Amino acid sequence: MKAVICRNLIKNFSAGDDIINVIRGTDLEVAKGEFFMLVGPSGCGKTTLISIVAGILHYDSGVCEVLGKNYANMGNTEILDFRAKNIGFIFQSFHLIPTLTVTENVGIPLIINNMGWDDAMKKAREILVEVGLADKIDSFPNQLSGGQQQRVAIARALVHEPALLVCDEPTSSLDHHTGMKIMDTMKAMQKKLGTTLIVVSHDERIFNYADRIAHMDDGVIVKIETNNMEKSYEDTRTQS
Amino acid sequence: MYLIALKMLFGDRGKYIAMIVGVTFAALIMTQQPAILVGLLSRTYSFIGDVSEPDIWVMDAGIQFVEENKPLRDVELGRVRGIEGVAWAIPLFKNMVATKLPDGNTRFVDMTGLDDATFVGAPSRILEGKLTDLRLADAILVSDEAAKTQLRVKTPDGDTRPLLTGDVIEINDKRAVVVGKIKTTRNFVLQPQVYTTYSRAVFYSPSTRKHLSYILVKAKEGESIDVLSKRIEDATGLAAYSRAAFEQQNLQYWMKSTGIPINFGISVALGFLVGAAIVGQTFFTFVNENAKHYAALKSMGVRNSVLAKMVVLQALVVGMIGYGIGVGITSLFGMKFHDSVLAFRMPPILLVFAGLGVLAIVTISALFAIRKVIKIDPAVVFRG
Repeated sequence: MKAVICRNLIKNFSAGDDIINVIRGTDLEVAKGEFFMLVGPSGCGKTTLISIVAGILHYDSGVCEVLGKNYANMGNTEILDFRAKNIGFIFQSFHLIPTLTVTENVGIPLIINNMGWDDAMKKAREILVEVGLADKIDSFPNQLSGGQQQRVAIARALVHEPALLVCDEPTSSLDHHTGMKIMDTMKAMQKKLGTTLIVVSHDERIFNYADRIAHMDDGVIVKIETNNMEKSYEDTRTQS
Repeated sequence: MYLIALKMLFGDRGKYIAMIVGVTFAALIMTQQPAILVGLLSRTYSFIGDVSEPDIWVMDAGIQFVEENKPLRDVELGRVRGIEGVAWAIPLFKNMVATKLPDGNTRFVDMTGLDDATFVGAPSRILEGKLTDLRLADAILVSDEAAKTQLRVKTPDGDTRPLLTGDVIEINDKRAVVVGKIKTTRNFVLQPQVYTTYSRAVFYSPSTRKHLSYILVKAKEGESIDVLSKRIEDATGLAAYSRAAFEQQNLQYWMKSTGIPINFGISVALGFLVGAAIVGQTFFTFVNENAKHYAALKSMGVRNSVLAKMVVLQALVVGMIGYGIGVGITSLFGMKFHDSVLAFRMPPILLVFAGLGVLAIVTISALFAIRKVIKIDPAVVFRG
């Protein structure tokens, strides 16, 4: 079963009179429950690709099916609701709301999905315990270290048990040791919940956490590695 | 999400307080300044309100405000009494006269002469003495407030004391005895008010051919005030106004002939603009600084309509709290200066106008903020 299927995806941006081809007809397949990593040089289109996969950005042509839903056939509101229910996000800059406590931050996706405040806070506290922040539930984000903030972000991304988790450079703001601990946490939570995980990263130290690593360059995925064995992307597609 | 919106608002204490201060300032200015204006303007006709019994005031057609002195011939009183529909008509004297206090200082006072027989037009609250004491020789009643302030008397030891019942003063070099104190409504010109009988007032005033300031008329039961006023005007060539019409005439005169409403209007407009600028700027900065958080919420599936409602809620909460504090301060101001030289009157309609002003401020602020929130691209969350 595929969580993500993209075919011949194209996305252009206009800059004045110029058209910039950011995604140039790339294909992408991610299996359900897979830990998939997307790597490549800056400006190669990684972030644009996961933005499209996450339903945040519209694409110009091609096909993008996520969890069996084709974005092309969905309205904006439908995509929003789909995103709220099925996709979790972990951002490079955490994007925790500083005036909310850690628990309140984590409870946001549940509130968005219409859970009552008290139930949402209860569930948020439970998942905070799971990510090792039991003693920080009433803290505010600025009272936490970078690693702790990222763990809060992980808890927030997973609290509503999304089928797909999209992470953008989750370790780039963290030191090596903290980064590894964060990846351990993410991997453990992903395995426990069976979530499909797509991670965009430059950080070679975390590549070994992935089931597969897709290398992207100039708007297309050029090759995919599986368990450190290099294969062409076409090979991977044929196998799947 | 609305609780989150409130927590975002209350959590950013600096901007929250700045916005509250902005709305409070605007609400304060938009209630306090008009309340002073209304208070001042109501004083322009306070004397008419104090003279409560008559239905119609008859006067020279050129009179524009109650303190203006254009006396009538005494025969006009008889003519008015003879008009059909008039139950009774009595004379009223009103003019500024010079007085000399017991310590030798002189003051101008606003002297009212009441009908010798009926005392119609006397203030309803006599604080010392009796109204009938005006029948005593040289008797006058003095405003209690004026006796304590403008008419204070120097004592031999260099101190001062209020003008007291029993004190003898001079009005135009003629002897007058204070026989009591009365409570009067402050008038616009803030002259000390002195009451005596009509004949004595004429005696005290400078010698002129005409003395009759106003003729106060009571209509017969069932008689239309407007119809009777018109009948008096037609018969005498004088002006005849109902009490309300005369009050309105005074109000219009002071509003048109002075820059007071314009000055207060400018203050109110400035209060509105400064409040709007503070709130709008701070609210926009608040939203701008939270842009990434709104973007994160959007990426997590929060609809624009929900974000807009969150912003509206934040703006309304700021508006309501600021309005409450502003109106509260104005009310305290009014209570503090109640019954003082400072004019202040806050009718409910002022609260409505100020409320609408505050609503306009928060609406303008919220619209700019909503525009910003709706335009935020959720994809910015992936841009570091």
